[in-house]
Amino acid sequence: MTTFTHLTIAQALKGYRNKDFKPSEVVADHIKATEQLRPLNCYITETPEQALAAAKASDARYAAGTALPLDGIPLANKDLFCSKGIRTTAGSKILENFVPTYESTVGQNLLDAGVAFLGKLNLDEFAMGSANITSAYGYVESPWKRTGAEGAGHNSPKLVPGGSSGGSAAIVAARGAMGATGTDTGGSIRQPASFTGIVGIKPTYGRCSRWGVVAFASSLDQPGPFARTVEDCALMLNTMAGEDPKDSTSARIETPDFTRGLGQDIKGLRIGIPREYRPSGLNSEISALWDKGAAWLRDAGAEIIEVSLPHTEYALPTYYIIAPAECSSNLARYDGMRYGLRAEGKDLTAVYENTRAQGFGREVKRRIMIGTYVLSAGYYDAYYRKAQRVRALIARDFDEAFKKCDVLLAPTAPSTAFGWEEKPTDPVEMYLNDAFTIPASMAGLPAMSVPAGLAANGLPLGLQLIGKSFDEITMIRAAAALEAAAGFTATPTIMAA
Amino acid sequence: MSLSEPEVAKVARLARIAIPPDELPAMTAEVNGILGWIEKLQAVNTDGVEPLVSVSGMTLPLREDVVTAGGCAADIVSNAPETMENYFVVPKVVE
Repeated sequence: MTTFTHLTIAQALKGYRNKDFKPSEVVADHIKATEQLRPLNCYITETPEQALAAAKASDARYAAGTALPLDGIPLANKDLFCSKGIRTTAGSKILENFVPTYESTVGQNLLDAGVAFLGKLNLDEFAMGSANITSAYGYVESPWKRTGAEGAGHNSPKLVPGGSSGGSAAIVAARGAMGATGTDTGGSIRQPASFTGIVGIKPTYGRCSRWGVVAFASSLDQPGPFARTVEDCALMLNTMAGEDPKDSTSARIETPDFTRGLGQDIKGLRIGIPREYRPSGLNSEISALWDKGAAWLRDAGAEIIEVSLPHTEYALPTYYIIAPAECSSNLARYDGMRYGLRAEGKDLTAVYENTRAQGFGREVKRRIMIGTYVLSAGYYDAYYRKAQRVRALIARDFDEAFKKCDVLLAPTAPSTAFGWEEKPTDPVEMYLNDAFTIPASMAGLPAMSVPAGLAANGLPLGLQLIGKSFDEITMIRAAAALEAAAGFTATPTIMAA
Repeated sequence: MSLSEPEVAKVARLARIAIPPDELPAMTAEVNGILGWIEKLQAVNTDGVEPLVSVSGMTLPLREDVVTAGGCAADIVSNAPETMENYFVVPKVVE
């Protein structure tokens, strides 16, 4: 093999331990890949020197026999995770020059495990978006191209990688990093994983610390891993997860070894098929792939059970009250006084108003406006309280369903990736991208996307598994079985050499 | 329900976001589109349902009331637009 960029994390760790190759060689290849893949605009900030320094330290530890769990693995970090001494923008102009003096807990956990971070990845501004087109640092391009009439040539339409973790998904799919961090508030890990043919896990709310992750909607935000295999995601999650005294919502629960879900049979596992995820207008290819996924799991010994989640259709409007409400509170901190952009103004109020007008993009402003309105005097009960009550019903639906089954199987996204120029202009239409991912977010449940096949247009499609609260292991067990049956080996058009 | 342009301007003021008059019609239309769509929640019967505030289902932990950090004023002001002697410098508030 002339390049190491096609290795999985598990393969690289094995190679390091066997002294087949060294972290510094592997990381050097990934730095070359970073340069080659620059046209995709995956990174906001590249950190090759830090990556090489980390790799040299990893070389020494392997030589000394003191290697750490993910020693020498080249990863990339979503630019929503604060990184000590490295600019962290959250994809926003308002944080254009923000250099944190601390590291996020998840980032520190990975550094303590020996990883080499290649840089900070592009994302939708403050993680608000489903296509990575709201970033102040430009669109991210998916490495995939459609086949057929439009051709797979490099001049064919540029596609979105999904969002908000678009840079994370695109760089991992393009073999520029072995894995990446992401965050998922309403689908921001699972939907881009589906669009780019890789695996992404949103853990149970509270599994990974939110400390040092720029906040969007605090009751929903959850960090998680992207990688090209279920095993690699489990390895990353082992390191990312854990109780953190600095995040009062981080779960006081022991972190299990998530790889225990791998390589097990699924005989007798009860897989629930939620009937409300098949609305009349569902894309027929996605519907067929979902049936195929259920058949694969049945053939592997699982029992397929139809279940009902009656409040599914209300999850999306509920989310678009709760998430903007929390966003408007969280983003109140960007006032131009203590950090971030400060604009001129005739008085203090004008400084605030101009700072926020210049610093925030359109989607962020829109969500702050909605959030401010639904929390304002006279409307709080009608919107915000009402949404919290519906959220309780959505969570209750899952509780009922999980009395009959162990894991749910559903599509991840309602379509394949769309083109930069084909994006919906109506915000509500864009929000529908997350129709299948938001319900599990509202209930705080673990969920993941596994690549299951290609659509007729040559683009990947993922299937989603949703687990019981803090039962990622059973979800991973089903995901590994699905991965094995699907045998997804397709690769994107644009890849590191 | 639908918001008028003056109502949207009022919300923008509450949110401390300057919206120039020529951008107000577009913002009003977008906000009303979203509000019209989330209106469908009113159809859900939530009688007797307690609002779900957090999915973690746990009480927030308390820690001992002791100093755990400090002595890092320079770090805290390091990203400020304007500082003096480790203080934030802000626009004049009182005339």
